[in-house]
Amino acid sequence: MSQSQDFFDRPATLRLILNSLYVICALLVGLDFVIHRHTEHPWEGLYGFYPIYGFIGCVILVLVAKWMRKGLMREEDYYQQTRESKTENTHGGD
Amino acid sequence: MVGIELPPFLLFYLGAVIALLGGATWRGPAMIVVIILSALNLWQLPAFYGLETQLMGMELKPIHIDRLSLLFGYLFHIAAFISVIYSLHVKDKMQQVAAMLYAGSALGAVFAGDLLTLFVFWEMLAVTSVFLIWAGRSDKAYSAGMRYLIAQVISGMLLLVGVILYYQHQGNLMFSKIGLDSVASWFIFIAFGIKCAFPFFHNWLTDAYPEATPTGTVFLSAFTTKVAVYAMARGFPGTEMLVYIGATMACFPIFFAVIENDLRRVLAYSLINQIGFMMVGIGIGTELGINGAVAHAFNDVIFKGLLFMSMGAVLYRTGRINGSELGGLYKSMPKTAVLCIIGAASISAFPLFSGFVSKSMIMSAALKDNFDVVWLLLLFASAGVFHHAGIKIPYFAFFAHDSGIRCKEAPWNMLLAMSIAAALCLTIGIFPQLLYQHLPFATDYSAYDVSHILTQTQLLFFSALAFVWLNLKGMYPPELPSTNLDVDWLYRRPLPRLLNACGRGCLYIDQTARNSILKLGHAFEDRLANLHSSGGIFSRTISISSMVAWVVTLLAVLLVFRFI
Repeated sequence: MSQSQDFFDRPATLRLILNSLYVICALLVGLDFVIHRHTEHPWEGLYGFYPIYGFIGCVILVLVAKWMRKGLMREEDYYQQTRESKTENTHGGD
Repeated sequence: MVGIELPPFLLFYLGAVIALLGGATWRGPAMIVVIILSALNLWQLPAFYGLETQLMGMELKPIHIDRLSLLFGYLFHIAAFISVIYSLHVKDKMQQVAAMLYAGSALGAVFAGDLLTLFVFWEMLAVTSVFLIWAGRSDKAYSAGMRYLIAQVISGMLLLVGVILYYQHQGNLMFSKIGLDSVASWFIFIAFGIKCAFPFFHNWLTDAYPEATPTGTVFLSAFTTKVAVYAMARGFPGTEMLVYIGATMACFPIFFAVIENDLRRVLAYSLINQIGFMMVGIGIGTELGINGAVAHAFNDVIFKGLLFMSMGAVLYRTGRINGSELGGLYKSMPKTAVLCIIGAASISAFPLFSGFVSKSMIMSAALKDNFDVVWLLLLFASAGVFHHAGIKIPYFAFFAHDSGIRCKEAPWNMLLAMSIAAALCLTIGIFPQLLYQHLPFATDYSAYDVSHILTQTQLLFFSALAFVWLNLKGMYPPELPSTNLDVDWLYRRPLPRLLNACGRGCLYIDQTARNSILKLGHAFEDRLANLHSSGGIFSRTISISSMVAWVVTLLAVLLVFRFI
């Protein structure tokens, strides 16, 4: 298939992207120790505050959202079905 | 044009008339010419141009121009210009006329110097924009448009009540800082709040915007909420409650955005999230806060417009918009993909993109005024924005697993419109002074210092890392065809049922009451008939002797009483 030849479908490309992401992340954390940041909030000054907050924040976001699905998810035509079944009912009732 | 000073909204309304009368071929280009002329007119108006008039003894100021309204005025011209180019291929008179009237009403609203004029354009915004939703011409679009219109009209009615009370209280109608200190101001606050998509009042937005046409949503995303943000910035700066409302708005929609399947609805949720940032800025009320809110509103119109345009292009070409049905489109629509990523980077506030230079102002303002918890929430929301708008939108539309859809690249006019928006995102991101110098307050703020750049990049890259990690672990929720319940469930399910039940109850009580009264009547009739029938007490014949006996008895009794 020609599809597998496309740039972003090659496993090598994916590996390259992921590896560069890991390297960049490592570098960014490393910079924390090199650059002296000016801070306005005491927590801001902690090494790795922003990376950790970003990572944990997103994981919690996704896990909570996933958990929300249990209570909130309905079939795609949930609202429409109501109207259709209602019209069916009234037709049946007549 | 020089020498002729027209009210800023007028040319747009004339443009709508031209669109109404003109032929299909020239309608689009004519609208572009009108917008350019209107922008020139606005540009050459004197600095403190205003119109004053009287209506039944009330001082009115239908046009009032200052730095705040002027910035929104230019913004709306840019948004209208981009949106009209984007919709040049559309040959639907209803949509084009509605779009011009809608954009004109937004201009009328931001240049309204008094509350009555504001109310008129406030309602015009509602009435004209709903046609862009109905233009979707499906059952879903029709009912979503109805719900949208009801919410907007309720907002308008509250505003009218507020304005009347305000006039009684203050004796004038000038639209300046109102502040939350009277009943009138609460009415106005909630009217603005509904249009700002405050929590619990937000579903008109997530409900209706995704049902509009691909081009209609682009118009919708630009005007209604931004007029409300402008009104809030003018009427209620420094209202602390807005900080907490804003923080809530910034946070809760991102959860819904993560699990939403309709990618335009994801963007609608992220629109609320961005307005949340603006509300925080306005609520803080310092010069930095207001500047940040206004700058962010400016940038949001452009990058959110760009994202809506890219998703509109996908919908236009593939007929699909659900994340679960898309994927791999970068092969068919590479240019749209790149432009979408620019929009995504802007909304995520990557350095060098427009979101960065305005969002960081609001964050700094929150820290400076010691709103620590709010600052943490906004930081969380920033990471979340990147997650759902920055990564999710481009990833599920253009990459992810290949859906097998092969289509043409977006039409030239859509690509042109998206390119203009993308260019603006980058220009403002790289040269923020271009925007800063037009903000309501003079500022020497600089977004580009090492700390800001480093911390924001760290935050974003580690959010991306979280996305990758969750995906690799198989913990990322898959895109599923689904409906997620939100507050709108209340008025779409239990409320109609309750009303139905009430209706049935009333009907039942009514019928029972009628039946029982009828029964009583019948019984009375029967009794009367019985009494008068043969053998009944009223039809009996009585003999004369017994009559005489009774009369004698009666007289005897009277006689006895006479002697007592």
